[in-house]
Amino acid sequence: MPPDPDTPALRLRDVSKSYDGGQSFAVQKLDLNVPRGELVALLGGSGCGKTTTLKMINRLIDPTSGHIEVDGRDVLASDPIALRRSIGYVFQGVGLFPHLTVGQNVGITPQLVGWESDRIENRVETLLDMVHLPPAEFRDRKPTELSGGQQQRVGFARALAAEPSLILLDEAFGALDPITRDSLQQEFLEIQRQLGFTAVLVTHDMTEALLLADRIVVMEEGGIVQVGTPHELLARPATDYVERLVATPRHQAGRVEELLARAES
Amino acid sequence: MNEALHELFEKLPDYLGGHLLLAVPAIIGGVLLSVPLGILAHRNATLRGPLMTVASLAQTIPSIALLAIMVAVLGGTIGYRPAFIALLVYSMLPILRNTLTGLQGVDPAMTEAARGVGMTARQTLWQVQLPLALPVILAGIRTATVWVVGITTLSTPVGAPSLGNYIFSGLQLRDWPQVYFGCFFAMALTLVLDRAVRLLEIAATRRRRGPAWFAVAILAIVLAGGLAPALLSAFDSLRSTRSAPGRSAGTSLPPTDPAKRLVGRDYTIGAKGFTEQAILGEWLSQVLEDRGAETKVLGNMGSTILFDALRNDSIDLYIDYTGTIWTTVMKRDKPIRRVPMFVDVAGHLRNEFGILCVGRLGFENTYCLAMRRQQADRLGIRQIGDLPPHLARMTLAGDPEFFGRPEWIRVRDRYNLDGVKTQGMDATFMYQAVRDDQVDLISGFSTDGRLAAYDLTLLEDPEQAFPPYDAIILLSPAASRDSALVRTLLPLLNQIDGDTMRRANLLVDVEGRRISEAARFLLEDPPKDPER
Repeated sequence: MPPDPDTPALRLRDVSKSYDGGQSFAVQKLDLNVPRGELVALLGGSGCGKTTTLKMINRLIDPTSGHIEVDGRDVLASDPIALRRSIGYVFQGVGLFPHLTVGQNVGITPQLVGWESDRIENRVETLLDMVHLPPAEFRDRKPTELSGGQQQRVGFARALAAEPSLILLDEAFGALDPITRDSLQQEFLEIQRQLGFTAVLVTHDMTEALLLADRIVVMEEGGIVQVGTPHELLARPATDYVERLVATPRHQAGRVEELLARAES
Repeated sequence: MNEALHELFEKLPDYLGGHLLLAVPAIIGGVLLSVPLGILAHRNATLRGPLMTVASLAQTIPSIALLAIMVAVLGGTIGYRPAFIALLVYSMLPILRNTLTGLQGVDPAMTEAARGVGMTARQTLWQVQLPLALPVILAGIRTATVWVVGITTLSTPVGAPSLGNYIFSGLQLRDWPQVYFGCFFAMALTLVLDRAVRLLEIAATRRRRGPAWFAVAILAIVLAGGLAPALLSAFDSLRSTRSAPGRSAGTSLPPTDPAKRLVGRDYTIGAKGFTEQAILGEWLSQVLEDRGAETKVLGNMGSTILFDALRNDSIDLYIDYTGTIWTTVMKRDKPIRRVPMFVDVAGHLRNEFGILCVGRLGFENTYCLAMRRQQADRLGIRQIGDLPPHLARMTLAGDPEFFGRPEWIRVRDRYNLDGVKTQGMDATFMYQAVRDDQVDLISGFSTDGRLAAYDLTLLEDPEQAFPPYDAIILLSPAASRDSALVRTLLPLLNQIDGDTMRRANLLVDVEGRRISEAARFLLEDPPKDPER
């Protein structure tokens, strides 16, 4: 059932989450539309509600109130297990199962959904190739035998395995060293462009958001401060906070250039 | 020595098989019960506290008591069932605790990842939580294995054969090689089973299959080796039951033939855990087998367990003592004279429990005071009443417990023994101590063989201040209706006097002869005049 192309891939209406019965809110009255194929970054400091928002989309956390739709389907009315199997998820700190092989990790959701083993095997090979882990070498290894970057590649492959149209990424690049992070970010972007899935990326790193995202949602204290393309954010920051956020990468770049200039002279 | 070793090896299939048959199912049962309970405790916080408390409390009951308690809980059933249940209780806590700890130790990020990829709660448990907790759970199973295989040796006193039979019997007879023999096999079995579970643990930790198969192979070999004799004998008895028609033709011989009046009957004889009881058990067995019966002797049983087992028809007969029944079963505190006590005990057992007291064997095994014959003759001491003038220069050695017992208080007050210096001493050493003139008097047991061996005089007790402990033959309610059995036992009454019993005990305790030889001595010793 191909959904109407005009239906947003993801829609949040008036979504709130409170852990103390309404005294305070981790997320309050959030509205957001994500069109099909867009890569959105949820950006903010720790405690701003970005991860809570992400986890409400596949119901790892249930919202206190509000309405969430994925491809026009009411998330809160659907079976959470089936919902999660239809949405890819990349965990903070990777979250691979140490007792399973790389291949078994990648194939876990297809296995849960009940694919035939031949189909799973083909899919695992395709995905491992796609994330540049030759299946012959990596499929039967245990996650603990892999480097951090390799593990995160497996994490991407696992999220993509059951052919989801929506992928959620929770600080997916946060724990990687800068070089690995840079190359992995570019690879992820290529894959996303190639497969055309919609992605929601939680990050606290403005540079990452600016380089990857089609649109950036800046959050503070459980609410949205500004939504815009990287260009819009750079050109017209809505608040001081956003201005300071977008200024950081420039500051850093400026200082690096100064250092280079001094070294050359 | 070689022959003795051969004899020990002969019993090994029975004892090792019995041991395995108790320990292995108890461990497996512990796993089957505790892992689900551990999962429940992990999920349900309200249940967790009570469950762990109950399991921990059960674990703190001293094992030998727990085994005896199980006999009482099962209404006097002895043998496999109470031992198995007690062992099961013991195997549960370590597995339960480690299952809970293991599950609690699973990284929450893992369970969230499991939910995130779309696992149901059940799939999360089976595919993520249990596999990740498995090394810890297996460590718990290892602990349980070591405990259970060790504690299984304590099932002897409740009548379930195990490697403990060697240890109990060896300790009782001071036959150290036998004790070492039992310990060696119990330790070896513990180590082998522990290794096997350890291999499973390695397989789980390193997530490899090889060691697991190796462990399964070890278990299979141990089980096959240990259980084969038991299975074979079960098979044998099955076949012999089937061929029974031929044999029952033999049993239908006129029952008037007294020599074979018990052919085709089976009796279980009980015995407590000291030499005299082992000899008497064997003696009864030989008497009944001479009449054609098949018998089994369950030795080294706890005293109250034996009585419960008799009441419950779990055993058919054993020898007890009037004074013991008087205090432990009838709960009387003041002893009465010997014959009235026998009459009271016999009547009470018959009326309350349907137990038949066939009669007295003739001897008493009571507390007594004894001293070196030479010294007694020199001082002209024949009875306890002669002691007071000499007490100021005398030391009395006894079991530390003895000086707190009502028996001693009564004797002391009746004969004015206040002035004597008392010294607590283990029973094993006091006979030697009095022989070697280190003490003057000891409180011993009147049938102990060492009284005769060390030439000690047993001081008479004309006031009968020590309560009487007449040896009596008791039959279970079912056995009481077996007139052929009763007729076989009647001629045994009043046939063993104190001196004969002392000599039989002496053969084993001092001369190191075998129980069966001492029993034969009782059989062959010509009938004597009854003591009274």
